[in-house]
Amino acid sequence: MCLGVPGRVLEVRGQTAVVDFFGVRRETRLDVVDEPVAPGDYILNHVGFAIRKIPTPEIGETLALYEMLLREAEHDIMAADVRGEIDAAPVAEDGPDA
Amino acid sequence: MPETAVPSAVDELKFRDPAKARALAAALGKVTREVGHAPVSVMHVCGSHEQAIAKFGLRTILPKGLNVIMGPGCPVCVTDLPEVDEAVVLAQDGKIIASYGDMLKVPGTAQSLADAQALGGRIEVVYSAAQAVELARDTTDDVVFFASGFETTAVATAAVALGDVPPNFSILSAHKYIPPVMEIVAEMPDSRVEGFLAAGHAAAITGWKIFERFVEKHRVPVVVAGFEPLDILAGLVKLIELVRDGTPRVENMFPRCVTPDGNRNAQRQLWRVFRTQGGRWRGIAHVPNGNLRLRDEFAHLDARSRYPIDLRRLWTHAPSALTQVCICGEIMAGLNAPENCPLFGKECVPESPVGACMVSSEGTCKIWYQYGGHPEL
Ligand code: SF4
Repeated sequence: MCLGVPGRVLEVRGQTAVVDFFGVRRETRLDVVDEPVAPGDYILNHVGFAIRKIPTPEIGETLALYEMLLREAEHDIMAADVRGEIDAAPVAEDGPDA
Repeated sequence: MPETAVPSAVDELKFRDPAKARALAAALGKVTREVGHAPVSVMHVCGSHEQAIAKFGLRTILPKGLNVIMGPGCPVCVTDLPEVDEAVVLAQDGKIIASYGDMLKVPGTAQSLADAQALGGRIEVVYSAAQAVELARDTTDDVVFFASGFETTAVATAAVALGDVPPNFSILSAHKYIPPVMEIVAEMPDSRVEGFLAAGHAAAITGWKIFERFVEKHRVPVVVAGFEPLDILAGLVKLIELVRDGTPRVENMFPRCVTPDGNRNAQRQLWRVFRTQGGRWRGIAHVPNGNLRLRDEFAHLDARSRYPIDLRRLWTHAPSALTQVCICGEIMAGLNAPENCPLFGKECVPESPVGACMVSSEGTCKIWYQYGGHPEL
């Protein structure tokens, strides 16, 4: 439950960001994260909130871990938890992709 | 039967860097022998750590003499019966209960939320606190968000409570706070836990300095580690080094994610909305300061203040005889293992769990069941 999922910020609309999670466009709230977030940044989303901005040097490694987790079969509980984290972010309303 | 095979040798593990994994495994073996006694038992308190350990078959490469135990790191598993009962009673009284999916099958005294749903209760699964608020906006009926999870998840509930919510929305908090339960486990007379591995993302919120007082008081080291298999191995090497040297302190092996002070903005919101309160953790003990409850100024959002909740009507039924056999509590205290439960994989399976440890994807019994019964084989 506290695994979270990383995603790339496409757009910032006030306290909400439109984020790309491995090809899925979702909204994430920015109330909790303690740094300014801009398009192109990567954030870690947990139950619908960005809990931290991922520092640039760390992005590659973080994404690789989650890609490995998500490649696993449907029944895998760790992959399912990651998908649950993506589902926790509401579907983004239409808008231009960054 | 469980479908996922457990890899049996280091070369078959899905490490991105097998050479590094082998080097870390060798270092771990060496430092474990250098401790000079066996077994060395360390505990982690995070379901995601246990998932990664089981999924990547890490126990296959742990040295003999090293026990890595999963402690009370599953918030669903430690939700106590009366907390489930409160949600069931509110459902019986016609409230819509919004809850994370894992909570539905957690046994209460007489019923789980899934049972209440089968009997006509309106239970809605949500993935986030914000979805529960949306649900309330879409109806005139009362919606109660049955909120579970540790501090990392409670932060999201706090942010929602501080935002705009409709008047028919309230919160039934079953949130738990991890640091106090580490004290309980460290103080258990039978506890052989010589060190703790703390979970990276939770520490991203709290910061690693929060463990300093604990280390000082209990003289056991704490190492913060990430979720990547290599992160876990590196964290274990550091932890056993500290055990070997008899130098209890906090080490942060996940600096790219965890800072000394953590996310202060998140902490501010968490503690504005919640206060700690003592309460039972299922199967473990009464944990002083172990529960997160809404502060008085948020009483208008607190289901416990808003509604009369009479649990006695559920208590005419004793919990089922099988529940008495469940050793979930001993497992979470590091005193026992799922394979020693006579119900494991027989009467107790994920489809029909007897104990809460078989319910959640973060519960030790469910994780072991999913990854082959006994992930050390
Ligand atoms: S297998 Fe089921 S009954 Fe046995 S300890 Fe685990 S959760 Fe409890």
